[in-house]
Amino acid sequence: MANDDPYAILGVKREASQDEIRRAYRKLAKKYHPDLNPGNKEAEARFKTISGANDLLSDPEKRARFDRGEIDATGAERPEHAAYRRYAEGAGGAKYHQESGVSEDELGDIFADLFRRQAGRGGGPGGGGPGGGQTIRLRGADRAFALTVDFLEAARGAKKRLTFAPGHSLDVTIPAGFADGQILRLKGQGDPGLGGGPPGDALIEVHVAPHKLFRREGNDIHIELPVTLAEAVLGGKISVPTISGTVSMTVPKGADSGAVLRLKGRGIAPVSGAAGNQYVTLKIVLGEQKTDGALAAFLAEWAPRHPFDPRSGMVES
Amino acid sequence: MIALEAVLQEIGALDAAELTRWIDSGWVRPEGEHGQWLFRAVDVARVRLIIEIRHELAIDDETVPVVLSLVDQLYGLRRELGALCGAIAAQPEATRQAIATALRAQGEPGEG
Repeated sequence: MANDDPYAILGVKREASQDEIRRAYRKLAKKYHPDLNPGNKEAEARFKTISGANDLLSDPEKRARFDRGEIDATGAERPEHAAYRRYAEGAGGAKYHQESGVSEDELGDIFADLFRRQAGRGGGPGGGGPGGGQTIRLRGADRAFALTVDFLEAARGAKKRLTFAPGHSLDVTIPAGFADGQILRLKGQGDPGLGGGPPGDALIEVHVAPHKLFRREGNDIHIELPVTLAEAVLGGKISVPTISGTVSMTVPKGADSGAVLRLKGRGIAPVSGAAGNQYVTLKIVLGEQKTDGALAAFLAEWAPRHPFDPRSGMVES
Repeated sequence: MIALEAVLQEIGALDAAELTRWIDSGWVRPEGEHGQWLFRAVDVARVRLIIEIRHELAIDDETVPVVLSLVDQLYGLRRELGALCGAIAAQPEATRQAIATALRAQGEPGEG
């Protein structure tokens, strides 16, 4: 089919203008767009052919090459994108249905009506099969949701309210130490069951937003902490932010930039198991002091008398 | 689940302001909140559909919500119908035959 003449497919003359081609394509695309004709295989096949012809003819360069016989119509097949119809009828598409004017309740009525009639009829159809006349009980479908929580909420645990449609919300408890991408299951919070069947569950995929200071590895928290030159050389007590507030930490004398200090038990305290640690990586920062004349003068005088090459063995001299 | 920037990168030919406008209009409903939207595959496919509706089919901004609303109702009904068909398919042969007979008796147009 792809080898058919693209001019014939769009129903235009060979000398048609680009504008005529565009208009012809639009007219056909409106009629055959497969997302507007779900389940119609013929429309889907036609649309593919039409799009292929349009991709070829709407590009003047490709069209000219085709006219000269340099390429055939197969050179114009467009990449397959995941079509909307593939998702729209699945569970994920349900959210686009809720606010479209027909409420879930109204739709539920189609089924409610069905089961009412069935119950009223009493006995099953004449065949007398094992399933004849029995009422169908169906468990409701699970509902998928996503929730983004901030770093500290996930680390310490939090209660969140998930609003998924006007007037509909779920209260969600995020346990401490919840990891990015984990799924919470709320029993019975999915779609209602049919014919007295139990409701489905709500499945909530939790995403944890990154934090500007803290980084997480398992239950351990990592942080990079700036210290002054004086603090690094002389040591002393400094304040360090942790996920549960500021704590005081002692910097040892002569601490190097990049040295890692451990704050035991200051990481994430999961619901079960031992708490993680916080690891503090020191970073010497000069800040305003780098313009201080006295410091520069001191170093200019001091450094030549205290030779030290931290890069010995690293750099060829 | 991907972020707004990733959607723009994947699709091209669409800028953040326009996509944000679509979200604000309720045409696309990613999860999360402003500044932290997260898109599922269905959302990305819907963005593509809206682009096609507007650009390729040349349907103007005021008509797009009408089209989307009808599309949403169509898919919603197809989803419910699919569930119903699934339930019927799970029935014994005799029951399915009885349903088919009853449907014909309802004056279903059938072929043509």
